[in-house]
Amino acid sequence: MKALTTVKGIVAPLDRSNVDTDMIIPKQFLKSIKRSGFGPNLFDELRYLDEGRPGMDNSTRPLNTDFVLNQPRYVGASILMSRANFGCGSSREHAPWALEDYGFRVILASSFADIFYNNCFKNGILPIVVNEQVLDGWFKNVAGNEGYELTVDLQAQTITDAEGNEVAFEVDPFRKHCLLNGLDDIGLTLQEADKIKEYELKRAEIHPWVFGQIK
Amino acid sequence: MAKTLYDKLWDMHVVSEREDGTALIYIDRQILHEVTSPQAFEGLRIAGRKPWRLDTNIATPDHNVPTTAKERASGIEGIADETSRIQVKTLDDNCNEFGVREFNMGSVNQGIVHVMGPEQGATLPGMTIVCGDSHTSTHGAMGSLAFGIGTSEVEHVLATQCVIQRKMKNMRIRVEGELRKGVTAKDIVLYIIGQIGTAGGTGYAVEFAGSAIQSLSMEGRLTVCNMSIEAGARVGLVAVDDTTINYFKGRSFAPKGEMWDQAASAWKELVSDEDAVFDEDILLNAQDIYPQVSWGTSPEMVTDVYGQAPDPALIEDEIKKAGVERALAYMGLQPNQKITDIKLDKVFIGSCTNGRIEDVRAAAEVAKGKKVASTVNQALVVPGSGLVKKQAEEEGLDKILIEAGFEWREPGCSMCLAMNADKLGQGEHCASTSNRNFEGRQGFGGRTHLVSPAMAAAAAIAGHFVDVSE
Ligand code: SF4
Repeated sequence: MKALTTVKGIVAPLDRSNVDTDMIIPKQFLKSIKRSGFGPNLFDELRYLDEGRPGMDNSTRPLNTDFVLNQPRYVGASILMSRANFGCGSSREHAPWALEDYGFRVILASSFADIFYNNCFKNGILPIVVNEQVLDGWFKNVAGNEGYELTVDLQAQTITDAEGNEVAFEVDPFRKHCLLNGLDDIGLTLQEADKIKEYELKRAEIHPWVFGQIK
Repeated sequence: MAKTLYDKLWDMHVVSEREDGTALIYIDRQILHEVTSPQAFEGLRIAGRKPWRLDTNIATPDHNVPTTAKERASGIEGIADETSRIQVKTLDDNCNEFGVREFNMGSVNQGIVHVMGPEQGATLPGMTIVCGDSHTSTHGAMGSLAFGIGTSEVEHVLATQCVIQRKMKNMRIRVEGELRKGVTAKDIVLYIIGQIGTAGGTGYAVEFAGSAIQSLSMEGRLTVCNMSIEAGARVGLVAVDDTTINYFKGRSFAPKGEMWDQAASAWKELVSDEDAVFDEDILLNAQDIYPQVSWGTSPEMVTDVYGQAPDPALIEDEIKKAGVERALAYMGLQPNQKITDIKLDKVFIGSCTNGRIEDVRAAAEVAKGKKVASTVNQALVVPGSGLVKKQAEEEGLDKILIEAGFEWREPGCSMCLAMNADKLGQGEHCASTSNRNFEGRQGFGGRTHLVSPAMAAAAAIAGHFVDVSE
């Protein structure tokens, strides 16, 4: 996993609530057995006017020029800003894969769906819960200033604008540690292998039916 | 201290606790399907890791499998769509390579993960159950701690048999009283989502309780817990009672003999203590619930069959208003349009929400001796598993449905998410027993209305929504 320390970048505004994972990456792209290459189809149904299929040449497809990511001023954005309940719906990890592949490293929203929130951290994306008033202010700033940027500092847990205004944010210490260092959970968990084995032995004694039925 | 059912299940599965409040939770069962597992197996291969243990995993393809008998007849090689074929084949290959028990596409035991698990006793009360699929919440209906995970976590569970979790908060939703005629488990859960919203349960494990929930069959409870994720809750729960225990008796992977007695008596403990405290406690009256129909593009955009689409002009909150306007435009509905005036192009009965035997029975009961309206282009009934299909055919339900003009298909997810050939055309309205009405979910530009199986069957016959209890 890519480590994340600070992200300074253009903010792309997606001013709607309940952005679901079907919207982030439609199901026809889930047929890939790879982890990469989903960026070109991020928000496919919003970005293009036709129905997207895997393997299409996107450069020949009709663009929905109204959609934010198609506006030249947001090219290269690394911070995505949205509203409540971002990432609801299916558990598909293809959603963070697509966001990351496109170039987003930070998502700002007033709330996130649990599974999506969790999946972000496993893929080098930092989801940040920001209160509605602060978001309102940033949405206005973004609309009024082309090239509006924010700087996110994970170590310090702050978001700063060009004028130096600072907003603090919360993040779970363990997830922060993993993200800062690009650590893989599995290796960390396997350090506790003895405890897992001990648990299994105990469990097999009290609930023997849990094990051995599926062969 | 008094514990909730969730507290008990959590405590039973803690391997170790960390200072920051997260815990390593032991996983008793993982179910794997073809869409969210290939990258996890690939991860194991790259790292040179082996599954921690094999007897905790079970796999089956469901999302991509074709559902016509013709396309199914020649096995994997016969899957027309190349990318689907590769994905289904990759699951077979991975299961063979790593030694994971799989019900492949040709097996009568194959089915939608959340239908297949409980019906074979592969998932049992008191277990922790995960799957790379958000509707894993379904299995909580039998008093187990079940939740959806992402692919990185699928790999983590394969390699370590654990997940890293932070404990959720406790919510209880009680539905008390007798259900009205024609009101089913699906209507209850749609009504709940309409009340608390799609983020109402975020961060909570939600226990569904009260006399109306207790009166439901196991199938009905599975339907309710299935859609707890649509209310934002990763975990839905129903306490164990006789209905639960009787359901599992004799199922193929359930314990037998003395071990059964031991298990059944342990499962009886899987209830919230009487004086347990919930962070949030909601009380609803069963008599307030009528057959539900979703009108919009989020499951909370729902009303009853006597209702109408909302009028954005009456909504003050600007974000909400814009959301309703966008949903109405996408759905091709007018403000205040009556639900019963919505005409249907397609009907889909199936999915992990409503693809169980009881659901097929409910649809057949309504359809018996009637005909699908000539204005409806396609009416599909897709059993949730091979065993559901077999049972339905033994009961003659397939004949009743075919006679009425429905298509009777092979088991799979089908038009619930339209990853195979079953999908909506642009602008088509569909009465669907699935769980999500998001834009494009059932096909590009398709318009989904979530309903119960009985309501879907009645709508197929009338060509528009009608109150099934009449
Ligand atoms: S039936 Fe639908 S919701 Fe259920 S597992 Fe399949 S695709 Fe997901």
